Amino acid sequence: MNALASRYLGLDLAHPIIASASPMTATFDGMRRLEDANAAVVVMASLFEEQVRAEDTRYAMFTEYTAHSSAEAASYFPQLPDYRYGVSGHLETLRRAAEALNIPVIASLNGVTDDGWLDYAVQLEQAGAAALELNLFLLPTDPAVSGSDVEHRYLDIVGHVKRKVGIPVSVKLPPYFSAVANVVARLESIGTDGVVLFNRFYRPDFDVKTLSVQRRPVLSSPADIHLPLTWTALLSRRLKVSLAAGTGVDSHVEVVKFLLAGANVVATASALVRHGPEHMAVLVDGLERWMSESGFTSIEEIRGRLDASHLDHADAFLRAQYVRTLSAAPHAS
Amino acid sequence: MALKDKLAPLGADDVAANLIALADHFVRRSVWLVGGDGWAYDIGYGGLDHVLASGRNVNVLVLDTEMYSNTGGQASKATPIGASAKFAAAGKRTPRKDLALMAIAYGNVYVAQISMGANSEQALIAMREAEAYPGPSLILCYSQCISHGIDMRFGMKQAARATASGYWPLFRFDPTMRQRDMNPFRLDSTRPRIPLEEYRYNEVRFKSLTQTRPDDARRMLAQAQLELEEKYRIYEDMAARDGSRFHPHWEDA
Repeated sequence: MNALASRYLGLDLAHPIIASASPMTATFDGMRRLEDANAAVVVMASLFEEQVRAEDTRYAMFTEYTAHSSAEAASYFPQLPDYRYGVSGHLETLRRAAEALNIPVIASLNGVTDDGWLDYAVQLEQAGAAALELNLFLLPTDPAVSGSDVEHRYLDIVGHVKRKVGIPVSVKLPPYFSAVANVVARLESIGTDGVVLFNRFYRPDFDVKTLSVQRRPVLSSPADIHLPLTWTALLSRRLKVSLAAGTGVDSHVEVVKFLLAGANVVATASALVRHGPEHMAVLVDGLERWMSESGFTSIEEIRGRLDASHLDHADAFLRAQYVRTLSAAPHAS
Repeated sequence: MALKDKLAPLGADDVAANLIALADHFVRRSVWLVGGDGWAYDIGYGGLDHVLASGRNVNVLVLDTEMYSNTGGQASKATPIGASAKFAAAGKRTPRKDLALMAIAYGNVYVAQISMGANSEQALIAMREAEAYPGPSLILCYSQCISHGIDMRFGMKQAARATASGYWPLFRFDPTMRQRDMNPFRLDSTRPRIPLEEYRYNEVRFKSLTQTRPDDARRMLAQAQLELEEKYRIYEDMAARDGSRFHPHWEDA
C-alpha cells in the first residue's frame, strides 16, 4: 500500500506534493521533467487574462487595420483559422501535456474580469485540464472599492466559472482579507472544490540609483511559511473541501509542517525553480523517510495532528500567542 | 545643351539638323530598374537574369520585403524559412533564395546588400558605387512591410535588428577591385550580435506560428538560426580571401 497516497479535488495522487504554476510548468518539456522527477500532479503556468487581451488586440490591429486598403490586396496576412490569438499556444501545450503525461494537469487561470474567466475556463477544460485553479489577485487602489466589493467580485467570478465547467475548481487566494475564514466559508457554499493558501505578492521595489520601479521575482523561503501555515491550521478541520497549502517549501520539513497543519496537499514552485525539477524527487523521498522514521504508515495519520481543532477559543489563543511572541522578542523591556 | 547651342545657328545644314535631332541620345543616362522581390526572385527572375548577363550599364534595386507585398503578402522565393505568408500559412518550409550570391557568381555584376535601418551610410555608398560601375549592378535593400506584422513606425529599428542578428548582413561586391588585385567582396556588418529570435519574434509573420504550430515554429527557428550562421560564415570566408580567389576583371581577359 502506498503510504503517501493522497486525494485532492477528487483526484487520487501518489503523494501529497504538487508542482505549482511557475515558468517551469509553462512548457511541455518542463512538465515532462517534473513527471520524470515523480511529481504527482502539475499546475500549468497561469493563463493571464491581460496578456491574452493584449495579444488579441495586437493581432487585430495588424490584420484588420490594413485590410481592404488597396484594390490589389484585400488583406495582408494569410488566414489562420486555428489561431485563437494569445490563447492558442497555451491551449496547445495543455492539450499535449494532458494527452502525453500520466499525471493530472491542472490549468491555472489568472484574470480580473468576468468575461475573461468564463471563456478561457471553458477552453481550458476542453483542452484536457483535470481541474482548474482560479488565481485571484486583485489590488484595488480605488478608495471607493470596499473590501466586501472585492469579495463579492471574487465570489461572482468563481460562481460563474463553477456553473460553466464540469471539472473541479479550486481557488488560490491572497491573504489580505479582513476575515479569511469568512471568505473561505462563502466560497465553499457556492460550490468551490478546493482552496489554495495563498498566492504571493510579487513585491515591486525601488532602485534608488536609477529612481525606477524594479520588478524582481523573489522566490519564497522557509521564513515565509508562517502565514499560510497558521491559516491552514485554523481552517483545515472546518473545511469540507480540499485544501492545498504552500509558500516557503524548500525541504520535506516544510511539507510535513503543512500536512500537520491539515493540508490535503502541499504546493511548491520556488523550491523547484531554485533547485530544479529533480528537487521534487528529493521532497518526496524526504517525506517518505520522515514518515518511516516517525512511525507513520499513511498521510491520514499525520494530517491535521497540529491543527487548531483542539483550541476551544482560537481567537483568544491567537491573541495570547501574539502578545507572548512580541514580549519575548529581543530588546523587549 | 552646349552642343545644341553650337548647332542651332547652323540649322539649315542637313548634317547639323540630323545632329540636333540625335543630340539627346549622347547624354549619359543613369538607368535604374526598381522592383520588389516577387518580381526579382520569382516571376521576373528570367528577365532579371537576362539583364544581369547582358553586361550593360543598368542598375537594379530590389526592394526586398520577402514576399509579394502589393498583392497582399503571398510567399515568394525570398520568403525565409519559418515565415507565415499566403500560400505558406503554416510557415515556409524551404530556405530563402540567395539572389546576391547568385549574382556575385557572375563575376562582372556589382552586387550589394543594404538596409537603411541598419546603416544608411553604407546604403548610400553602395548606390553611388553601383551608379559608377560601368556594368550591371544589383542592390538588395531590406524593406519593411505591413505583411511582416510590425508597428510600421519602428520599421527601421526592426531592419537594424535583422542585420544585428546576422540574418541580413550588409556587403558589397565590386568587380573593379580586381583591377587593383584586391578582394572585391567587402562585408560591411558585424557578426551576429543578437539571437535570430529577438529579431523574428517582433513580427506577426513569425510570432503567429508559435501559437498555431509551436513545435514547427521551434524547429524552423532552430533551422533558420543554423542556416544564418553558416551563411554568415560563407560571407566571412569570401571577405577573407585575397583578390586572386575571384574572377579576373573581365576587361583584363
